[in-house]
Amino acid sequence: MPPFLLEVKNLKKGFPIRKGFFSRIRGTVQALNNVSLNIQRGETLGLVGESGCGKTTLARALLKLIRPDSGEILFQKTDLVPLSSRQMRPFRRHLQMVFQDPYSSLNPRMRVGEIIAEPLLIHRQINRSEKREKVAELLEAVGLSPNFYDQYPHEFSGGQRQRIGIARALAPLPELIIADEPVSALDVSIGTQIIHLLQELQKKRHLSYLFISHDLKLVRMISHRVAVMYLGEIVESGPAEALSHPLHPYTQALVSAIPIPDPALKRKRILLAGEVPSPTELPSGCSFHPRCPYAEERCKTQKPVVKEWQPGRWASCHFVDKIGGLHE
Amino acid sequence: MKTVSYKSVVWQQFKRNRLALAGLVFVLCLVGIALLAPWLSPYSPTEYDLSSILLPPSTHHFLGTDEEGRDVLSRMIHGSRISLSVGFVAVSIYVSIGILLGALAGYFGGLIDIVISRLTEVMLCFPTFFLILTVLAFIGPSLYNIMIVIGITGWTGIARLVRGEFLKLRHQDFVTAAEATGASSLRLIFFHILPNSLAPVLVSATFGISSAILVESSLSFLGFGVQPPTASWGEILSQSRDFIDIAWWLTFFPGLAIFMTITAYNLVGEGLRDAIDPRLKV
Repeated sequence: MPPFLLEVKNLKKGFPIRKGFFSRIRGTVQALNNVSLNIQRGETLGLVGESGCGKTTLARALLKLIRPDSGEILFQKTDLVPLSSRQMRPFRRHLQMVFQDPYSSLNPRMRVGEIIAEPLLIHRQINRSEKREKVAELLEAVGLSPNFYDQYPHEFSGGQRQRIGIARALAPLPELIIADEPVSALDVSIGTQIIHLLQELQKKRHLSYLFISHDLKLVRMISHRVAVMYLGEIVESGPAEALSHPLHPYTQALVSAIPIPDPALKRKRILLAGEVPSPTELPSGCSFHPRCPYAEERCKTQKPVVKEWQPGRWASCHFVDKIGGLHE
Repeated sequence: MKTVSYKSVVWQQFKRNRLALAGLVFVLCLVGIALLAPWLSPYSPTEYDLSSILLPPSTHHFLGTDEEGRDVLSRMIHGSRISLSVGFVAVSIYVSIGILLGALAGYFGGLIDIVISRLTEVMLCFPTFFLILTVLAFIGPSLYNIMIVIGITGWTGIARLVRGEFLKLRHQDFVTAAEATGASSLRLIFFHILPNSLAPVLVSATFGISSAILVESSLSFLGFGVQPPTASWGEILSQSRDFIDIAWWLTFFPGLAIFMTITAYNLVGEGLRDAIDPRLKV
């Protein structure tokens, strides 16, 4: 097997909750709890989960915008976690990010050309005289007119702004792009165009994506592999096709909630009881047990470990044998 | 496709406000008068002419003369230089200090923020005018001292404003994006956060100029400002206190000039504030 481009091992991040006059720490929000995942070159890893489960925290932790508490982020075999921000700088070129909100992710006082050229200037990949030419190339690569160089972001629509954001991410020739819900703020049709653009760029430039979304259907469509996150943990991961018969009861519930545009087709909907527990007080044992329809005594006390049940398919549940879609 | 820059949008909005536009024209005229003072003033502002003491306004002396026969108009034209330079220099000093401290506090947070914020609050507790009076009493009144003292006592408002803007902008996506690209702290502060936080500072500085002019006039009136025979509006007022019942023009015109100037700056400030309101943005 070729080496992974990015390998994350047991990443942890907790946010202290401070209260009271002397800012005493009154507990921790465990946003990332032993997250492990890996991405190969040219691959799209889809990351799904409910809002608040830690997807965005993971994205920011991977880029070291938030300092992880423990764990390893191996990028081409270098661990990024212990690096200082100065040591981190040369790696930033290889790891870029596309943001959810195209309105807040572009500096309103900078011209489009300046925005796109900034990463190139920071990493000294071009000198000032090449700037215009390079930006024009990038604008064309994302399907925009090279004449937009002198325009300001407020003159563009959401979809165009997202393309500008993608051009900025592409500029330093990164290996991995972390796309944090890149289409959820856009109209469906515009979103589809952006997805096609991302796929086309992946083929042309051999990019890897970590594609974060809460839209399981979309993730299944564009990802090679999918990881499912619940309360700061990856509860299941596997090839995208395997999502049609999931192993973990949480994934089963998510998959059963995807609407199918066929009124004749009947199937069992798994409705989860209760709310997502507060991440300040994680449940004992399996963190999914309070909402799990199959939970037994054992789930309350013993935390399941992530196990490879089939080649490439991992899940953390005691009863995958009994309830998981292993044999379908 | 025509590019609409942020500045042109603000100018469009500003132009709609007629009062603000009038204020701006007045301010620009004042700047012109101050620059051209030696050529515009019909008489010397300091030379005595004991043959024409306390003359009321006439065709020879449009605004009359004072107790030493000096032309009031000429003295006021030269005085406008003092007022404007005090306004601009003092405000430039304190805006620079305020931006620096506010940016440090808002960007780095933590201990730096605590220290700077407490320092700001301590400064706010002093009654500024009396602090300035006290300091001037020690170091002696002069034009430069006034500028410096107003400058180093007035920064608190700007610092708090900039700190707030930095706190708000620090975690905006476009700043995070630049950070993720590898931009240094200096680059984040000067290219990304600061340009987006300057609009309210500009408004505050406009109001600041008017209050600095007022402070200078008050100081000169109390004798702590520029020293005679140098003319300043406050100083003319101060000198003419004794003749208020026999020479109304000595107090009326400098007072009117101060009043109009303050009003004009405030109108410009209000117009700017309305024009940069983010809700009006395209």
